[in-house]
Amino acid sequence: MGAIGNILFSGVGGQGILLASEITAYALLSAGYDAKKSEVHGMAQRGGSVTAQLRYGEKVYSPLIEPGKADILVSFEMMEAARYLPYLHKESKVIVNTQQIKPPSVAMGQVAYPLDVLDAITSQGIQVVTVAAFDIARDVGEVKAANVVMVGAMSNFLPMAAEVYEEIINTRVPERFREVNIKAFRAGRQTSS
Amino acid sequence: MTDSSTVLWMSGNEAIALAAYEAGVKVASGYPGTPSTEIMENLSRYEGVYTEWAPNEKVGLEVAIGASFAGVRALATMKHVGVNVAADPLFTASYTGGRGGLVVLTADDPEMHSSQNEQDNRNYAYAAKLPMLEPSDPSEAKTLLKEAFELSERLDTPVLFRITTRVAHVKGVVSKGEMMTSAATCGIEKMPAKFVMLPGNARNRRKVVEERMGELRKIAETDEYNRVEAGDRKRGFITGGVSYLYVKEAFPEATVLKLGMSWPLPEEKIKAFAATVDELFVVEELDPFLEHHIKAMGVACHGKDCIPNQGELNTAIVRKAIDPGSAPKLFSAPDLPMRPPNMCAGCPHRGVFYNLSRMKDIFVSGDIGCYTLGFLPPLSAMDSCVCMGASVTIAHGMAKALGAAGKGKLVSVIGDSTFIHSGITGLINSVYNNSASVLIILDNRITAMTGQQNNPASGCNIKGEPANSIDLEELCRAVGVKHVDEVNPHDISACKTALKTALDRDEMSVLISRAPCVLIPEMKKAQHIPYLTTTENCSGCRSCVQLGCPAISWTPLTPEEAEALGYKKKQKGFAVITEVQCNGCGQCAALCKFEAINRKGE
Repeated sequence: MGAIGNILFSGVGGQGILLASEITAYALLSAGYDAKKSEVHGMAQRGGSVTAQLRYGEKVYSPLIEPGKADILVSFEMMEAARYLPYLHKESKVIVNTQQIKPPSVAMGQVAYPLDVLDAITSQGIQVVTVAAFDIARDVGEVKAANVVMVGAMSNFLPMAAEVYEEIINTRVPERFREVNIKAFRAGRQTSS
Repeated sequence: MTDSSTVLWMSGNEAIALAAYEAGVKVASGYPGTPSTEIMENLSRYEGVYTEWAPNEKVGLEVAIGASFAGVRALATMKHVGVNVAADPLFTASYTGGRGGLVVLTADDPEMHSSQNEQDNRNYAYAAKLPMLEPSDPSEAKTLLKEAFELSERLDTPVLFRITTRVAHVKGVVSKGEMMTSAATCGIEKMPAKFVMLPGNARNRRKVVEERMGELRKIAETDEYNRVEAGDRKRGFITGGVSYLYVKEAFPEATVLKLGMSWPLPEEKIKAFAATVDELFVVEELDPFLEHHIKAMGVACHGKDCIPNQGELNTAIVRKAIDPGSAPKLFSAPDLPMRPPNMCAGCPHRGVFYNLSRMKDIFVSGDIGCYTLGFLPPLSAMDSCVCMGASVTIAHGMAKALGAAGKGKLVSVIGDSTFIHSGITGLINSVYNNSASVLIILDNRITAMTGQQNNPASGCNIKGEPANSIDLEELCRAVGVKHVDEVNPHDISACKTALKTALDRDEMSVLISRAPCVLIPEMKKAQHIPYLTTTENCSGCRSCVQLGCPAISWTPLTPEEAEALGYKKKQKGFAVITEVQCNGCGQCAALCKFEAINRKGE
């Protein structure tokens, strides 16, 4: 069995994680990889923590990433990155949207948002790339495109050329959102290259 | 490696829908339930297949049985607990068989990602004496579903098809296949000895069922569903479903007997396989189903002595269970606030649960849907949740047990779809057997939790075409409820008054809370005028925060910070509405006594 690449997407229900992981999956498929992706639907999507797990290689069996084996973690929300620290290894690359979405206990004022949460990752010597995806998406004209900004930032850590992703956005995303998503992707790709 | 020009990238549920289409399914019926829902949604988009949302799983299966009797291929889909509802027709359909191929799909949910239990529906195959096929991934799901229809017609048997969340909601590479047709002819064919299960006929069919099981055992021995993958024989694995994938990754060198047919089991094949290996492991999620039957064959094996019998498995769990020393050292996550799911901003249910949370000494029996989230803080206004329809019936049982002590204290809460599914029979019972409680029907026009599917109260069918819309008020009156009132849940004080009036009555009352789900397309398209906070007016009373709306957040202040912002020193903080999240329901504005929350532009 050849080496398997593992990409873990994490965030909050409603942030567009499914679309981001779909674009990435199609990019990997067009590069000739086998792939599997596991998603969470139903109860977990009502504003709770959500993940999408994407695995690729010559032949993928399990749809689930093992703890300690995620090569790339793309977190769409800052605190959610740290929640998946057990999935990381020393050489993992972590791309974090610095946007903060308050969970109920924080919104209610019972506990504070852990602003220094990324230290838990960097203190292990793991590379963390921060992206202000929400602000970048707003600047390109659509706050909902923050997910594609994150795909752009992540794409620097995968071998496929930018054109591969843009071709997928042009064929897979509804027409009226294409232009803004291409802009979002390019802006994201510039952040960490 | 894959060729991107020919492959399809599909979830298990999408692949199953495509397979049903290619298999020539003509009629499909189901009730939405995670993780099964997307099968019917996708199948409804194929030409030439009649699809429908049924009011419940029993109805859906009976519709499929009828279609099979008429000589076409038919599919019924449901989540694992839905099979409990459909168990009555299932067990007797095992006797009748059909004419057109009949497949009953059960989507199990190990780990209870979105379910109230994690029952293992392989047990139904054993109990109902039916064959069960079980794929490991989307590609195999597509192949096996088509074979299920062939098997059903060849052996004149319904076929149970079991998937789990990690097949249903996993995407993988699948390919298009050949179109197939049923061997049966569509038409009316009277076969009373087979279709009329009176005792005399049923006793004869009972024998047929046993003969059929014998045939199925032979098929299990020879068919490619069950295959041996050669490898190192020090350890041999018998496994099926998603567990097979975890075994292949955890022990890639080992020999494996992969069972695509979970029932009946190939005894000779299993014994022969066991004889070739030094140590035999049975790896399966949930119950020791294979293990028990393999041990009953007199074959020694490891199973639940090392593999967990609760929750999902994965590669790491399987490897660690068998080689305990192999567990890698992992980074541990810092302590973080939990992020549980929540009702959406602007959800109409919140207005009802806010009022219930403010009522002392009541017992709220809940039901299955988004509104089960009313259990979570800060509203914490649900005291029981058992199964579909169990809200109104539990209130009735409590009323009978409590007698006078229960008066004015029993409220049940159910959604429109769940009410039609199995709440209406409970309501009939409450009226017929004369109990007094308040049933709140949360009518948001849609089956929301599973992803906004239409239902008999929505006014649209599965394809979104106009359909009859049940008048819930008339329905409740027709079964004998004298007090049926309607309330707008966003109007907090009207909702409070209506609840109080209903609880004061000595007879059964129904309160219909009527406002659409914020996630239905017309609500998503609508321009909501958001509410905004005038923070300088905020007194820090936290009334709005108590709604638990995700659009409202609290900013705590120290006395110094409070003073610097012009607040009284003792003010502990202020509330802010996140404009982009607000859906303009106005529940918070009604609670604010300090003019700190106003509709934008007003």
